[in-house]
Amino acid sequence: MKRRDFVGLTGLATGALFLPSFPSLGSAVDPLRLLEPGLDVAQKKRLADVGLNAAKSAGASYADVRIGRYLNQSIFTREKQVQGISSTESFGFGIRVIANGTWGFASTNNVTDAGIAKAAQLAVQIAKANSKVQKEKVQLAPQKGYGEVSWKAPIQQNAFEVPIKDKVDLLLGVNAKALDLGVSFVNSILSQVNEQKYFASTDGSYIDQDIHRIYPSFGVTAIDRASGKFRSRQALSAPVGMGYEYLTPKAADKVAGPTGSDIIGYKNSYDMLEDVAAAAKQVKQKLTAKSVVPGKYDLVLDPHHLGLTIHESVGHPLELDRVLGYEANYAGTSFATLEWKAKGIPYGSKVVNIVADKVTPGTLGAVGYDDEGVKTKRWDLIKEGRLVDYEKIRDQAHVVGQKESDGCCYSQSWQDVQFQRMPNVSLQPGKTPLSVDELVRGVDKGIYIAGNGSFSIDQQRYNFQFGGQVFYAIEKGKITEMLEDVAYQANTQEFWNACAATCDERDFRFFGAFNDGKGQPSQSSAVSHGSSTTRFNGVNVINTARKIG
Amino acid sequence: MAILSKDEAQTILKKVLSFSTADECEATLTGSTGGNVRSARNTISTAGAVENMSLAVQARFGKRSGTATCNEFDDASLKRCVQRAEEIARLAPESPEYVPLLGPQSYLASPSSFAARTAAITPDYRAEQIGASMALCEQKKLSSAGFFNDSAGFVAKRNSKGLEAYQQVSNLDFSITVRTADGTGSGYAIANYTDLAKFDAARLTRVAADKATSSVGAKAIEPGKYTVILEPAAAIDLLNNMMGAMDVRNADEGRSFLSKKGGGNKKGEKVFDERVTIYSDPTNPDVPDLTFAADGRPQQKVTWVEKGVVKNLYTSRYWAQKSGAPDIPPPGGWIMQGGTQSTADLIKGTAKGILVTRLYYIRAVDPQTLLYTGLTRDGTFYIENGQIKFPVKNFRFNESPVIMLNNLEALGKPVRLNGSLVPPLKIRDFTFTSLSDAV
Repeated sequence: MKRRDFVGLTGLATGALFLPSFPSLGSAVDPLRLLEPGLDVAQKKRLADVGLNAAKSAGASYADVRIGRYLNQSIFTREKQVQGISSTESFGFGIRVIANGTWGFASTNNVTDAGIAKAAQLAVQIAKANSKVQKEKVQLAPQKGYGEVSWKAPIQQNAFEVPIKDKVDLLLGVNAKALDLGVSFVNSILSQVNEQKYFASTDGSYIDQDIHRIYPSFGVTAIDRASGKFRSRQALSAPVGMGYEYLTPKAADKVAGPTGSDIIGYKNSYDMLEDVAAAAKQVKQKLTAKSVVPGKYDLVLDPHHLGLTIHESVGHPLELDRVLGYEANYAGTSFATLEWKAKGIPYGSKVVNIVADKVTPGTLGAVGYDDEGVKTKRWDLIKEGRLVDYEKIRDQAHVVGQKESDGCCYSQSWQDVQFQRMPNVSLQPGKTPLSVDELVRGVDKGIYIAGNGSFSIDQQRYNFQFGGQVFYAIEKGKITEMLEDVAYQANTQEFWNACAATCDERDFRFFGAFNDGKGQPSQSSAVSHGSSTTRFNGVNVINTARKIG
Repeated sequence: MAILSKDEAQTILKKVLSFSTADECEATLTGSTGGNVRSARNTISTAGAVENMSLAVQARFGKRSGTATCNEFDDASLKRCVQRAEEIARLAPESPEYVPLLGPQSYLASPSSFAARTAAITPDYRAEQIGASMALCEQKKLSSAGFFNDSAGFVAKRNSKGLEAYQQVSNLDFSITVRTADGTGSGYAIANYTDLAKFDAARLTRVAADKATSSVGAKAIEPGKYTVILEPAAAIDLLNNMMGAMDVRNADEGRSFLSKKGGGNKKGEKVFDERVTIYSDPTNPDVPDLTFAADGRPQQKVTWVEKGVVKNLYTSRYWAQKSGAPDIPPPGGWIMQGGTQSTADLIKGTAKGILVTRLYYIRAVDPQTLLYTGLTRDGTFYIENGQIKFPVKNFRFNESPVIMLNNLEALGKPVRLNGSLVPPLKIRDFTFTSLSDAV
């Protein structure tokens, strides 16, 4: 369910945690029905025009509409049983307008001429009401209309077409493997998303898009009853913008971690059975692994781990709405202000080249056009350690003297207003050939971290703390033993300036964040982060072990 | 039409059940209407209105179950919805944790969970409130970012075993962050009500504005263990996380802070300071809540912790049957008993300490000890000899609410936040592990 709906209904954030099963706006339906065609493009265009015309008649100077059909299917299991199968569908209409220089938005699940016209008029009414207390009029970057166009994610196998039985068999097979290998508990999940979005605007665009995402994952837990100690290890899969083909493992997509680490990374396909076998072995080792001695270490971070660090310490601080203060009440602002950028202070070392993109096939951010009708692209954020650009949408471009949007506007559904969201943000691989073993060989006293664990960063993106899934000590260029209770704390600029080397493109792969939260009411988006295994020198590591009674 | 009366809702639900051929069938109808407005830089950024109603049908054949929902309410749509739920139920594997649907239940009344005034909020009202708040900051040459969100609706249930439930609820949230023009000071205030009558945007804006101006020029002091006063907005998330970890099955399975060495759970054991008492009560007029859980179990007054002793843990119906644990659903909100002192009184009684307005980006570090990390934000001050002496730079903390509630020095008067009643807490030896430059 969508958390906000229940929270909104009861006013209890805790209620959402405790009472997860009240139905929400998403409709659970027979998965086979999801394959039925929805409205055809001509019908959508006609309905979109009803909305655009109603908005203009009510006094809007600009309007865009989104008619969306959002499908989700999740299968949850634990040990030998299926806990739940949920197939939901949400269909509706959202309209955003500018009237008197002010935004207004309204949405409805009543997708009829009358329902659409009523929503359009309400959106204009809201804009006009708010315009009385508005100080800054909306300045929208010009956008040419594309006419009638479409874009489809280049998937090979639609996950919604795969029989539920096959998916259940896969997950229960994963669980069986973990139990055979002696874990105490295992849970696994497969989430699939299909966004069927139709966008139209008074600029003259009519854009039909079909977007797919999939996320297989598991967690295994080992318990030592005598000591009461328990440890877990989560999957090293990534959520991706792909179809079910992601779950057909290919040898070419497997990347070995450093010698001695027992870690396997995955590129464009995932071997869930292989990963759970490794997890079962590692989670038992974690129960008796040496507790880390706090201090300064050189960190070697695998891409599945580093992706989240990139997300928090580069992706978020370069969102221009945060930079300008629009997220001050919730997600926060940013140290990387326009003034800070103008000073030319190094964001990172010369090794650090970071790009934003909304176009890489198979990534979570890839779409043809964003949710305000802008064609997507790739652009530089940090070049050789220097900040060169931000992430922007149409009503922000003018702030930095840019003539057009970067195309990273997104809404999680038809019923929420679209706003600036993070594109894929990736650290470029090193240009000099460098393998993971060669990288580790140069480290005298370090820790290799695989997988993402606990993560936290302040509201201006200076101070962060990250954990991981599996930690190995590096001594004199070699992995020696597993460690536990590891977290590192750093300052964003110090950390990226301590970036010593990153492996070449052979090691490059994407990590993804399936549910990145931002905005009020909070919305979720999905985004990928690519990198190769990378070394950071002299980072502060703390020991997280505590005792309670 | 999103807020149906009890009769209107039950009429639809009766019709839905009449279409079912399943062994068991349960239908839930929810509807809400509401809107929001968001500001930043003393101007409006986005605003919206949402109205929706949704029906969920759960059908069961033996130990197989399926759920479908729809948003259309003509007979043909309702029939299709029931048929889809039944089709999914036939496709689903049998659940070894199957528990039959509940029969008729009796629920407490909680009439104050809905306020007509909240349901009647208009776009003009939202604009006026956020406008007044922005104007107040403009006058003081401060920059505000605020959020006003309201909703009103109902939840109704009915099943083939005779269960019937209905309740109306309303809610209003307002939060505001005020920053100085140069960005060196920041303050925050938040409030949550059922009834609009209690809402006062100006009062909350002044609190945030005062914190913004008084937090300018923060000094860096060494991280370490400090006595802290956590205002309710700072305490609530850590306490929520702890309440969310009071599931009996996780404890019995050995993967909870309430698991006992060698097996079993810590129910009946003293786990916290003896001044810690936490209960839930959906009929409390200050934090009214739903009197039934999602699965139809009644929500009643439950004591979770009494004088530091764990008195009850919540459970699924399946685990209650299997383990013999009392069949108690997880609560909505909770109420932590406090004292009569205000936050200001707690400051007066503090020789040396740190006042914390808000904690941010709280994430679990170790579920074994319920260790969390996060940061202070929007107003952190050094206290000496009963007075606030100067603002301090923000800290990262690594602390467990379990350790925190053993290091309790004092509790103040609880206030409503996010559907719970939360006191300000004075805690000794709270662990700050590093400094943050963030304002």
